[in-house]
Amino acid sequence: MFEDFQFFVEVLISGLLTGILYSLVAIGFVLIYKASNVFNFAQGAMVLFAATTLVGISGFGLNIWFSALLTIPVMALLAYLVEILILRRMVNSTPISMFMATIGLSFVLLGLTQLIWGSGVHLLEFGLPSGQFIVGDVFINQFDLSVAAICAILVAGLVIFFQHTKVGLSLRAVAEDHQAAVSVGVSLSKVWVIVWFIAGIVCLVTGMVWGAKLGVQPALNLIALKALPVIVLGGLTSIPGAIVGGLIIGASEKLFEVFLGSAFGGATESWVPYVVAILFLLVKPSGLFGSTQIGRI
Amino acid sequence: MLYRIARRLPSSHSDSLRIIARKEDRAIALVAGLFILLVVPAIAGDYVLSALLIPFLILSIAAIGLNLVMGYAGQASLGTGGFMAVGAYTSYKLATNIPEIPIVLDFFLGGLAAALAGILFGLPSLRLKAFYLAISTLAFQFFAEWLFSKVSWFWNDNASGVVSIPAFDVLGITIEGPRQSYYLVCAIVAIMTLAAVNLMRSHVGRRWMAIRDNETAARLMGISVPAAKLQAFAISSFYCGVAGALWSFVYLKTLGVSSYSIDISFKIIFMIVIGGMGTILGSFIGAAFVLLMPVVLNAVTVALSLPIDTGSVSSLEQIFFGVLVIYFVLVEPRGIMHLLGKLHKKLVSWPLNIGR
Repeated sequence: MFEDFQFFVEVLISGLLTGILYSLVAIGFVLIYKASNVFNFAQGAMVLFAATTLVGISGFGLNIWFSALLTIPVMALLAYLVEILILRRMVNSTPISMFMATIGLSFVLLGLTQLIWGSGVHLLEFGLPSGQFIVGDVFINQFDLSVAAICAILVAGLVIFFQHTKVGLSLRAVAEDHQAAVSVGVSLSKVWVIVWFIAGIVCLVTGMVWGAKLGVQPALNLIALKALPVIVLGGLTSIPGAIVGGLIIGASEKLFEVFLGSAFGGATESWVPYVVAILFLLVKPSGLFGSTQIGRI
Repeated sequence: MLYRIARRLPSSHSDSLRIIARKEDRAIALVAGLFILLVVPAIAGDYVLSALLIPFLILSIAAIGLNLVMGYAGQASLGTGGFMAVGAYTSYKLATNIPEIPIVLDFFLGGLAAALAGILFGLPSLRLKAFYLAISTLAFQFFAEWLFSKVSWFWNDNASGVVSIPAFDVLGITIEGPRQSYYLVCAIVAIMTLAAVNLMRSHVGRRWMAIRDNETAARLMGISVPAAKLQAFAISSFYCGVAGALWSFVYLKTLGVSSYSIDISFKIIFMIVIGGMGTILGSFIGAAFVLLMPVVLNAVTVALSLPIDTGSVSSLEQIFFGVLVIYFVLVEPRGIMHLLGKLHKKLVSWPLNIGR
């Protein structure tokens, strides 16, 4: 019985730590959704694009950190292009057509990535530890733990940026109310570029971490789709929600797979997160921390 | 000139109920129909029939299905591939285990099974909107992919994951050559298109469109929104299910879950975005466009003898589709059908509108 419990804790912890990876993608989603009201289906493609660009640049013989630094302006350019080519022209269109446009964007990004850098699996190694250590009787993966640390640093950085800088203040103003923000002189298009750029950097970090775990490959795009149930569960507008949602999704898919998966034939991770999210939604449609939508006639 | 403008108001009830209002358009439709039935099979080679026209017709059914739920009822769905898979695997199971049932009936029973799945996974639509609904249909897509790759019962415990489908009879004729397949698919497409067009002209379609345009207003008018939404999901999934069954039985002649992946769901979304949401004819135009584009791109690279390998061509294709979808969403949200509609309007008053 005790060994069972210890095993349970190990599975739970590894699930929670995987969940942090989902949270990373989800944070990018939430940032973009809050500021531009766009449900960005291309988030996974952006992760792949950032990671592959990084690997591609380092392929010229550059240091990995230096290539990461070079990838940042690429993401800025992407944000700028998205703003002038898509967002600016889509003001006041329906959420569904915005969503369609981001599906198109994800195809463009996936195609570009494969066209420029090929579709093979690239290894990405930047010195994350890979061993395990033992707390009590429980094995913990060092890699996953360092990912958790990276996530914490990233979130802390975002919080400082949003709460203590002037740009952050204008971003929060836009997220609160577009029209009110515009009326006091905040430039919407500037804010959109900044937010998509920040989301791009989050994508870069995510891509590096995922890439170190699984290798940089087109399948990253599909894995990043797991962030969808995460934000649905946590609420579309809440960064704490994205983190908690990621933890819940990560833990539940691992626990389900390990303890019940064999009864279902295995490989249940592909759909369990979605089912968890939907069941949760039926009880609380705005998610854990999401702002409640009030429908007015 | 081309169209008679005088005396074209309906003069009787049956006149006003016609599907195609103008006499001249009916003539065009008749000629097109005869062309499709008599001339196309005579002049088209086996390759064109089996690699272009048959998949085009089958995916048109799926596009109509998605258009019903997304274009008419306004409910986003990313699970088309999943519904197609339900149709295909149900038909396969029925065809192999109960050979007494005529095969065409199997296709429609597969559609019915998909409709049941549609109702089940349409249930979230009663509480969820827009993205949330898109995600719950995405859940169905992944669930279906997993189910049909893990539970070997669905493909009769065959050793390999991809099952070949034996030739089958329809009304005593064995369907083997591309011409027989073409006529079979044509017949099914004709029936289902006619049904869809008429359904959308009836109270059913009007209810859906009312919900799409303003759900609260629709509810105030006494429309039962939950029932209508589930109805939309059921009928849409029925179309997708039949298309899925035909996709395996007539086009691929094999059954494998990889042919119903999320890629095909996206493909069909692109079809209706490009062709025109909320139009039946647009589903056909979009399907033709999406299927022909790779062929044209390939032909262009071959003709110009560009030094591009196949991998790059498929990436280019992906970029091209992405750009097209963004373009249509931004610039022409009502799709090619809207452009054709404008052209038609001009033709009707031609040549009186010259200079305007």
